[in-house]
Amino acid sequence: MARTEPKKDVVIVGLGWTGSIMGIEMAKQGLEVLALERGADRYTVPDFRYPDVIDELKYGVRFGFMQKPRNSTVTIRRTLQETALPYRQLGSFLPGDGVGGAGIHWNGHNWRAMENEFILRSYVEDNFGADIIPEDMTIQDWGVTYAELEPHFDRFEYMLGLSGQAGNVNGQIIEGGNPFEAPRSRDFPLPPLKQTYDATLFADAARAMGYHPFPRPAANASGVWTNEYGMQLGPCNYCGFCERYGCLNYSKASPQTCILDALRRMPNFSYRTNSEVLRVDLAEDRQTATGVTYWDEEAQEEVFQPADIVMLCAYSLHNVHLMLLSGIGEPYNPATGEGVTGKNYAYQMNGGTTLFFKDKLFNPFIGAGANGMSMDDFAINQIDFAAEGFIGGSYITAGVTNGQPIRGIGLPSGTASWGEEWKTAITEWYGHSMSIGSHGSNMAYRDCYLDLDPTYTDRHGRPLMRMTFNWKPNDIRMTQFMRSKIEPIAESMNPDTWQSSYKGEGAQYDVRPYQTTHNVGGAIMGDDPNTSVVNRYLQAWGQHNLFSLGAAAFPQNIQYNPTGVVGALAYWAADAITRDYLPNPRPLV
Amino acid sequence: MPLPDWKTTRRGFLGGGAGAAALTAMAVPLHAQSPEPEPLENYAPEYFTAEEWQFVMSATALLIPSGPTPGAIEARVPVFIDLQLASGFGSADDWYMAGPHIADADPLLGWQSPLTPAEIYREGIAAVNAWCEQTHEAPFADLLPQTQQEVMTALSEDEVPLPPELRGLFDLLLQNTKEGFFADPKYGGNHRMAGWTHIGFPGARASFLEWVDKHNVPYPLGPVAISGERG
Ligand SMILES: Cc1cc2nc3c(=O)[nH]c(=O)nc-3n(C[C@H](O)[C@H](O)[C@H](O)COP(=O)(O)OP(=O)(O)OC[C@H]3O[C@@H](n4cnc5c(N)ncnc54)[C@H](O)[C@@H]3O)c2cc1C
Ligand code: SF4
Repeated sequence: MARTEPKKDVVIVGLGWTGSIMGIEMAKQGLEVLALERGADRYTVPDFRYPDVIDELKYGVRFGFMQKPRNSTVTIRRTLQETALPYRQLGSFLPGDGVGGAGIHWNGHNWRAMENEFILRSYVEDNFGADIIPEDMTIQDWGVTYAELEPHFDRFEYMLGLSGQAGNVNGQIIEGGNPFEAPRSRDFPLPPLKQTYDATLFADAARAMGYHPFPRPAANASGVWTNEYGMQLGPCNYCGFCERYGCLNYSKASPQTCILDALRRMPNFSYRTNSEVLRVDLAEDRQTATGVTYWDEEAQEEVFQPADIVMLCAYSLHNVHLMLLSGIGEPYNPATGEGVTGKNYAYQMNGGTTLFFKDKLFNPFIGAGANGMSMDDFAINQIDFAAEGFIGGSYITAGVTNGQPIRGIGLPSGTASWGEEWKTAITEWYGHSMSIGSHGSNMAYRDCYLDLDPTYTDRHGRPLMRMTFNWKPNDIRMTQFMRSKIEPIAESMNPDTWQSSYKGEGAQYDVRPYQTTHNVGGAIMGDDPNTSVVNRYLQAWGQHNLFSLGAAAFPQNIQYNPTGVVGALAYWAADAITRDYLPNPRPLV
Repeated sequence: MPLPDWKTTRRGFLGGGAGAAALTAMAVPLHAQSPEPEPLENYAPEYFTAEEWQFVMSATALLIPSGPTPGAIEARVPVFIDLQLASGFGSADDWYMAGPHIADADPLLGWQSPLTPAEIYREGIAAVNAWCEQTHEAPFADLLPQTQQEVMTALSEDEVPLPPELRGLFDLLLQNTKEGFFADPKYGGNHRMAGWTHIGFPGARASFLEWVDKHNVPYPLGPVAISGERG
């Protein structure tokens, strides 16, 4: 028999980036807010303290801060015909676990999306005609526009203390920033980080070719910053242990450094760790959620937590899993294209070129999570899709973030991977290579989706979620196009040798090497309940007191890292809930 | 199996707690180097049998050979691997290991063997040694260096016949060997920070504000370990 806890106004599932934002915004309204987090509690001290956190094996290689597949994972297949198999060991993506979520161990590349990315289908149809959209491509508009989100991007960035250089403030183009970006209402909170040697060489070469490089927007503080919650950040020391690690220096924006200490002080907010939510409970008429049921690890029992409002903040994949398990929205069916829950899972199409220089020393162990230079000359709003034969775009970028040796030392292709030759090569080339990367969009397709696995179950006996995903020709053409733009930049830099790695024709999704933890879609937003799971305010179409935050809402993936948009959407939803929903709870659309 | 004395002392030193480690890192350590551990020949493995230990000693010596600079043996990589296999890594504590297992699935779908890393070493070493006996009339460790080189190449190219649940053996061995060369010395390998010194990685320094814009200039400081030991 499940224990029942006293009712709360709001229950939040997961205390990572979105859970922390919704937690503090709802608590500020005077509501009784409870967050349930499946993992452990985490503080800068002792969890990210120097020197213990500077441990590549424990955190970089054995994934000390991440989700343990034994407790939570998915199954994966590439086609509808294949049998999905469990993602038994982390590789391609690394979901977070514990207070702070993946927000503690991200790099901090924090972007806004382009205006046209929010209205992608309309943009393509209006500018190039509906007939250029491949038959199996299921891209959609978001139901919200960039102009509507701008104040919320701004708020999120000022909350993070973002370092960078604006390129477009209210339509005025600013030298040194990104001239192709959507207009912002003001400059960045902090100036750009210092640049490493590789980024500087890339930017010089790009400029010489007539491109427009600018500093990568970094949630690693370049100076001191105090945010709206009174939380303080200090200047980043380029420690070279950013991604996969908690910040030892109070410099990386994270729930810990930006929100949690302020939130913990609010008497109407509380949280419970080691409390994994198993399902959302619905009223008999299924029109509202009544609360959630979670597993109390300490007591080893199920607990029912009633609440007036339920907010799913469990990371994209887990939000969708919980919805599928709880019967929220009709499960998507790839055969008919009907149903919504699980629809339009998408990922990120990346590639890169590595350059080797005998006479240049890059000191790769010196780097912040997000220092570096980027260019948007081939961004999604700069490309003639009809002429190029694909829909999408990329930002192109260089900037070393770490030189941790277990995770790999770049060597010219053909070099042995062991023995005398390898041992000599690593002394010759460590610190003598750099990369130029393409970070690109990934469209949504009829047969890329999430549902429940028919075979494999988790430790609670629930079906694992099944991911069906593969690379598609449109996105492969996009990345090959980027290759044709990056290689001339690389050649102009006169390296001793260089090599490229971009997905080519027939590329299959490989779950082993790390790619990105930018899993999006599955609980997508939109303006029609027949084609989306949540409305433009991230409110479930079927249950007005249920909200789903995070990148599950993206109808297809943007060309950027997701968190800038995830944060803006969280503030946008919080604003709508505060102004419009709390005074009169109902479907907002 | 009783632990040789050096192990107890080394454990004691490393296990002195985070507080002790932090102190040594921040203050100037009294001893820039930890005491020299017992030679590898006297090491009593926690996981490996004697036969497996011989295999791992010879195999890692091929993967990262000794020479003018230390290789896997001087870096005590075999100790690292032994301790890892005796820990949660060896028993796949973090991985999803429930069946059914389709061990011969497309490798792109990742680890699908029903075996843990420790079991892969156990069964894999036995299988490779049996194959060496069959083809060269001796276990791997007793083969001539040239023959060992050939066997290792064959193993790396999937030319040693192994059942599908063991096909991850070479990648696992190579990965763990490199880990043992480059992980913090507290895990038993990278002795005297040999791996870090070899490539010029400064270890746990992690503070470079004044260095980031000194471009194309060699970084002057040697490595430091989490314990505060300096290379
Ligand atoms: C290595 C790495 C690098 C990254 N780098 C970048 C980057 O540079 N730029 C960028 O934009 N993005 C980056 N990301 C992605 C970024 O971290 C995420 O977009 C962001 O954290 C998402 O916020 P969220 O609130 O949706 O999820 P999270 O911050 O991950 O929080 C989700 C929380 O929910 C908890 N949870 C899950 N299921 C349950 C359950 N059933 N019950 C209770 N709790 C649950 C989890 O334990 C977790 O704490 C990176 C991610 C990783 C892993
Ligand atoms: S690189 Fe900077 S922001 Fe990142 S962990 Fe190190 S000190 Fe913190």
